[in-house]
Amino acid sequence: MPAVNETIETVQSVAESGYKWGFETDIEMEFAPKGLNEDIVRFISAKKNEPEWLLEWRLRAFAAWKTMEEPRWAAVKYPPIDYQDSYYYAAPKEKVGPKSLDEVDPELLKTYAKLGIPLREQEILAGVEGAGSVPAEGRMPVAVDAVFDSVSVATSYKERLGKEGIIFCSISEAVQTHPELVRKYLGTVVPQGDNFFAALNSAVFTDGSFVYIPKGVRCPMELSTYFRINAKSTGQFERTLIVADEGSYVSYLEGCTAPMRDENQLHAAVVELVAMDDATIKYSTVQNWYPGDAEGKGGIYNFVTKRGACRGARSKISWTQVETGSAITWKYPSCILQGEDSVGEFYSVAITNNYQQADTGTKMFHIGPRTRSTIVSKGISAGHGQNTYRGLVRIGAKATGARNFTQCDSLLIGDLCGAHTVPYIENRCVTAKVEHEATTSRIAEDQLFYCRQRGLTQEEAVGLIVNGFCREVLKELPMEFAVEAQKLLQISLEGSVG
Amino acid sequence: MLRIEGLTAEIDGKQILKGIDLDVPTGEVHAIMGPNGSGKSTLSYVLSGREGYEVTGGSATFNGHDILAMEPEERAAAGLFLAFQYPVELPGVGNATFLRTALNAQRKARGESELDAMQFLKLARERMKALSMSDDMLKRGVNVGFSGGEKKRNEILQMALLKPSLAILDETDSGLDIDALKIVADGVNAMRGPDFSALVITHYQRLLDYIVPDRVHVLMHGRIVKSGGPELAQELEAQGYAAVQAAA
Ligand SMILES: Nc1ncnc2c1ncn2[C@@H]1O[C@H](COP(=O)(O)OP(=O)(O)O)[C@@H](O)[C@H]1O
Ligand SMILES: [Mg+2]
Repeated sequence: MPAVNETIETVQSVAESGYKWGFETDIEMEFAPKGLNEDIVRFISAKKNEPEWLLEWRLRAFAAWKTMEEPRWAAVKYPPIDYQDSYYYAAPKEKVGPKSLDEVDPELLKTYAKLGIPLREQEILAGVEGAGSVPAEGRMPVAVDAVFDSVSVATSYKERLGKEGIIFCSISEAVQTHPELVRKYLGTVVPQGDNFFAALNSAVFTDGSFVYIPKGVRCPMELSTYFRINAKSTGQFERTLIVADEGSYVSYLEGCTAPMRDENQLHAAVVELVAMDDATIKYSTVQNWYPGDAEGKGGIYNFVTKRGACRGARSKISWTQVETGSAITWKYPSCILQGEDSVGEFYSVAITNNYQQADTGTKMFHIGPRTRSTIVSKGISAGHGQNTYRGLVRIGAKATGARNFTQCDSLLIGDLCGAHTVPYIENRCVTAKVEHEATTSRIAEDQLFYCRQRGLTQEEAVGLIVNGFCREVLKELPMEFAVEAQKLLQISLEGSVG
Repeated sequence: MLRIEGLTAEIDGKQILKGIDLDVPTGEVHAIMGPNGSGKSTLSYVLSGREGYEVTGGSATFNGHDILAMEPEERAAAGLFLAFQYPVELPGVGNATFLRTALNAQRKARGESELDAMQFLKLARERMKALSMSDDMLKRGVNVGFSGGEKKRNEILQMALLKPSLAILDETDSGLDIDALKIVADGVNAMRGPDFSALVITHYQRLLDYIVPDRVHVLMHGRIVKSGGPELAQELEAQGYAAVQAAA
C-alpha cells in the first residue's frame, strides 16, 4: 500500500544568489539545423560515423518519443518547451591535439580559468599531447574525460588505465573501439522508451562517457567528467554507461558549471550503471548549472534519468548527489536490486534558492532476497525555492528479508520557500522491513547569533550550519569533491538570510 | 577599556535596561550580580549585538570604538567574547571545525594569517590540556549531547582559543559542580593580565571565591544599584539582594 506523506510549508524571504561562474565562451560551432526529425537523428549518427545498429536504435527511440508526452506529475512549473526550436548538434572545430596550452583556443582557457581549474588539469582537458601521464604532486590522481559542448575534447590517463584493462573514454569513441560492449549494455538499464526524456536522449545523444572495469579490477583512481553546456540554445543530451564486471570497483565523479544566459536550456541526460557479482560502483555528482537569476529568469532545465542495475549477487551501487544548480531539477537516481544481497544507496543534498525548483529523490526496486537500501535526503529551501523529495521503495514478493532505511530532512531558510516530502512505499514481502524518518527544521536565530558572536559572518554562519545539516551526505563524497561541494553550498545560499 | 554610559535598551518595545553606567578599565575583572530577570543577559546581548535587543539610548565604547555601531562578528574580531548562559547546539557541525572556522574568521578580519588544520589541532590540544578537557570534545557536534558542565567548559575552551581582550561570562558557573567550577575559574584566571578585562555575570558569590573580581556591581531592574569591592559579594550572600537594594 503506498504510504504518502506530504508536508508542505510556505513562507517568505528576500533572496539573491550571485552566480559566480556566469560567462559564455565564443567558439565557432558546427551546427545541425534547428529542430528535431528523423533527418536530424540520421545527421547526428552520420556525423559520428556510427554503425547501422546504433542508427536503428536511435530511430526506434525517436519513434517512441513521438508517441510520448512530457511527464507532468513532478511538482515543478515551467512554460511549454518547443522541441523544434533547439539545435541538437554542436561541436567545437578543434580537431588535432595541441602541443601546448599556447595552441589552445584562448576562449576555452578563459573558461577553465574562471572555473578555477588548475593548469595541469587544463592541459588535460584541452587535450594537450603528453599531458596527464604523471599525476600532479600531492593530489589523488583524477582521470578526466571532458565533455565540452557535446563532443569530448580530451581524454586522459588512458594509458595508465589501459594497463589495468579499464576502458574510460567518450561513448562515441567506445562505439568505434568497443562496439560489442556498448551494444551489449546500452539501453539495458534505461530502455529507449523508458520515459519521455530518456527517449529523447536515446534519439539524439551526442556524447558522454563510457567506462568498463574488467573482472577483479579495482580502478586505481577516481574517474571524472566535467560537463559543460556552452552553445546557445543547444539542448544537451549526454549518455553515460558504466559497467563494472565481477568483483570490480569504480568511483566516478560528475561535476559541472555552466555559462550565464537568458534562455532556458534543456538538459536531458541518461546515465546507466551495471554492477555484476561483487562489483561496486560509486557515482558522485556535484551539479552546479546556472540556476537562473534572482527573479527566476533563465536557468537550466535538468531532466535526468539515472539508473543502476545491481545485476550480480552482493553488488553495490551508491549514488551521491549535491544539487545546487539548475532552474528545474527532475532527477531520481535509482537502483534495481536484482542480485541477492545487493545494496543500493542514495545520498542527496538539494538546494533551491530564489525561484529554483527541485523534484528529486530515488527509486529502490528490491527484487532479490536480502537486498538492502539506504536513502538519506537533505533538502534545503531558501528564497522562493521549492524542494520536493519524491521517493519510491518497492519490495517485490521474492525479496525476502529485504531492508530499507529512509531519512528525509528538510531545512527551511526564510518564509517564502517550500519543502515537500513524498515517499511512496510498496511492500509485497512480509519479511521485509522498511523504515522512514522525516524532519523539517529551520536555521534558528540563536544558532546564527552564536556563530556571529564567534566571528563568522552571516553567510559563513549559514554555510557552516547548512554543511552540518548535510554532513551525512557530504562525507560520502570523495575528499576533493567534498571540499568543492561545501564551498558550493555556501555560495548557492549567499544572501538567503538577511 | 569598556565604557558604558546611560545605556537603555528594550525587547519587543519593553524597556529592560534603564540606564546603565559602567567602566571596566583594561586589565580588570568586574562582577555583575543580580536576581533573575534583572537584565544581566540582556546587557550581555546588547553589548554583543544580538538581533531584537534594541538600544534606545546611551553609548558603549570599547577601546574608543563605538561597539554598538558594529556587526556582531566585527565586535568579535575586535576582541569581544561572550560565554553564553545557554550555549547553542549546532547539529552536524564538528566542534573542531567550528572552532577553527571561528578562529580563522577573526584572524582574517584582523589581517592575520589563517591556521591550517594541523596548526589548529596543535593549539587546541594545548589549550584543552590546560583545561583538563578530553580530545573527544573536538570530534563531537558543537554542544550536541554535551552535559551542562561540558557546554560551559566548551565556552571556556573557545575563549582560551580566541583570546579575547574583553570576555563577558554569563552565568558560566550555574549548574557546575565544584571541580568544573574550578576549571572554569582557572580558565579565566589564566587569561588575566594587563590586556584582558572581563565582566563576570553571576548569581552566586561562590564563583567569586575562585575568580576574585576587582569590582562588584549589583544590577536590579535594569539599573546598577550598587558597586563596591570584592567584599560586596559576601555582603550580598549574607543579606540578600533586597537588603542591599534597601540600603542603596
Ligand atoms: N526575548 C524576550 N522577550 C521579552 N522579554 C524578555 C526577553 N528576554 C528577556 N526578557 C525579559 O527581560 C528581563 C531581563 O531578562 P534577562 O536579561 O534574561 O535577565 P537575567 O539574565 O538577569 O536573568 C526579564 O524580565 C525577562 O522576562
Ligand atoms: Mg540571564
